[in-house]
Amino acid sequence: MDVSALDEASAAASAVEIGEIRQVIAEHKGCGTSGASGKASCGSQASQAKLPTEIWEKVKNHPCYSEEAHHHYARMHVAVAPACNMQCNYCNRKYDCANESRPGVVSEKLTPEQAAKKVLAVASTIPQMTVLGIAGPGDPLANPKRTFKTFELVAKAAPDIKLCLSTNGLMLPDHVDRIASLKIDHVTITINMIHPEIGAKIYPWIFYNHKRYTGIEAATILNERQLQGLEMLTKRGILCKINSVMIPGINDQHLVEVNKAIKSRGAFLHNIMPLISAPEHGTVFGLNGQRGPISRELKALQDVCEGETNMMRHCRQCRADAVGLLGEDRGAEFTTEKIMAMDVNYDLEMRKAYQAKVEEKRAAKVAAAQEELPELASEMSGIKLLVAVATRGSGLINEHFGHAKEFQVYELSTTGAKFVGHRRVDHYCRGGYGQEENLSTIIRAINDCHAVFVAKIGGCPKSNLLKAGIEPVEHYAYEFIEKSAIAWFKSYLDKVQSGEIHHVEKGEAALRQGAMISAA
Amino acid sequence: MPFKIIASQCTSCSACEPECPNVAISEKGGAFVIDPKKCTECIGHFDEPQCVAVCPVDNTCVVDTSLPRYQAPA
Ligand code: SF4
Ligand code: SF4
Ligand code: SF4
Repeated sequence: MDVSALDEASAAASAVEIGEIRQVIAEHKGCGTSGASGKASCGSQASQAKLPTEIWEKVKNHPCYSEEAHHHYARMHVAVAPACNMQCNYCNRKYDCANESRPGVVSEKLTPEQAAKKVLAVASTIPQMTVLGIAGPGDPLANPKRTFKTFELVAKAAPDIKLCLSTNGLMLPDHVDRIASLKIDHVTITINMIHPEIGAKIYPWIFYNHKRYTGIEAATILNERQLQGLEMLTKRGILCKINSVMIPGINDQHLVEVNKAIKSRGAFLHNIMPLISAPEHGTVFGLNGQRGPISRELKALQDVCEGETNMMRHCRQCRADAVGLLGEDRGAEFTTEKIMAMDVNYDLEMRKAYQAKVEEKRAAKVAAAQEELPELASEMSGIKLLVAVATRGSGLINEHFGHAKEFQVYELSTTGAKFVGHRRVDHYCRGGYGQEENLSTIIRAINDCHAVFVAKIGGCPKSNLLKAGIEPVEHYAYEFIEKSAIAWFKSYLDKVQSGEIHHVEKGEAALRQGAMISAA
Repeated sequence: MPFKIIASQCTSCSACEPECPNVAISEKGGAFVIDPKKCTECIGHFDEPQCVAVCPVDNTCVVDTSLPRYQAPA
């Protein structure tokens, strides 16, 4: 990559203070959302109508590339790539815990043969599993033999499954041809900086061409290789998602420039994730007290970048051996021991029939949300607020408050309901009874929301939520999320207009760090 | 003196295995070990011992002082 391009990009993009970011948001009308259609044209929420057909075909059943698809389709990762060729200050390769959901963490390493069998076993059990990703736990391209062997085996045995790869990008330019020939049409590159001075604060070293490089030199090589790899992939029509870790005080403002740089090189989707840095993880950032962003900061940055490129907001920062719907890890059902004992019968027809049913439900959901919109659009109001939803997928409000492991957050305005993120929580009700302490953490996690939509909720959490100014809404149990949220918002606006209630802004919410109590 | 791997520190990430120019590194019961007879300290191949350079855990691939130094072929 030529360095002048880098300089240009940096000169063009001036650093934006968080304060300024907020201001920009205030003016930002949510990219192309029009009152009439009410469908946001931006983000990974992009719908069929907004994308060229060939791209829509690639993303429509991919839970990470399409926010809407993630309610219906699942992915899995296989941990065949343990080695890494660089070190990041937010990663600790020594740590492995079954109760933990975060990148780089796995319970078992697999051989390519074991991995292929696992894919078939999972695909036969979970027919909505459409995507196989290899994401480490090290770097897939630092383990090219195992990675590509696994893809080859799976492509042969289960040709309908989409292949997906996630890399730090250091070795990417060397493998682009192989990636293209294996028809891997989704690649994620983690890019945290385009300025080596910033990179030097994130990466202590890289191993490249048989040498260990450190500091600015290491970051320069890494950055050039990442951007070169990205350009090579997009030229071949391979969809690229860029992951960036938001590290307050180090690259948070800089990510606006990163966003511009990747956009200009054809990236399809940008996923800005919060830094996970609890001291008990033993990472450099965890130990030196580097904090992660709060949810408002994260959303502010995502909102600013949204004008530039599609933003992913539903990433769960999954384990490198995660299985199932995003946010609902079923990995424990598929340990190597269990898989090897399984008699796998890969039934393509059964999978297709199941997926056809999913498509029916999906179409019904989209139609339902559209019904509610025209009336809402006619209401003139500048009110924007967040609501939380307890869901187990399929785009429905179908989870008990006490069983929710996470809440999905939607921003409501007269242009409709827009997904803006999710909040991970511990179960309120574990072992059959509610736990007061968990309840207050849940409230802290969704404290910026005006309401929480649930399938069911007990009396005690209900009154506590009300005390915290969050309205528990059971009225729409088992109905479609967007349609219900819009209907609720309409009645909210009516009440504000009639003076029955007074609209107030909500407070700050905490982003849940690190450990998630396992579902088992 | 060939290199050895301090087993208690090795995370068995396998990063070192494919880097060794002499195929001296292998996995034994979940941990990685160096065959001292095959290790040439990377002399003649690279500027630095590859296992040391790629290992993510500092001071895990170290010189085994109990054995004599490798003699580079003349
Ligand atoms: S880490 Fe994010 S992008 Fe990767 S599988 Fe999970 S949700 Fe998708
Ligand atoms: S020093 Fe070089 S030759 Fe010896 S084990 Fe390490 S990589 Fe192999
Ligand atoms: S690189 Fe280091 S930690 Fe990884 S297997 Fe080799 S000795 Fe063990």
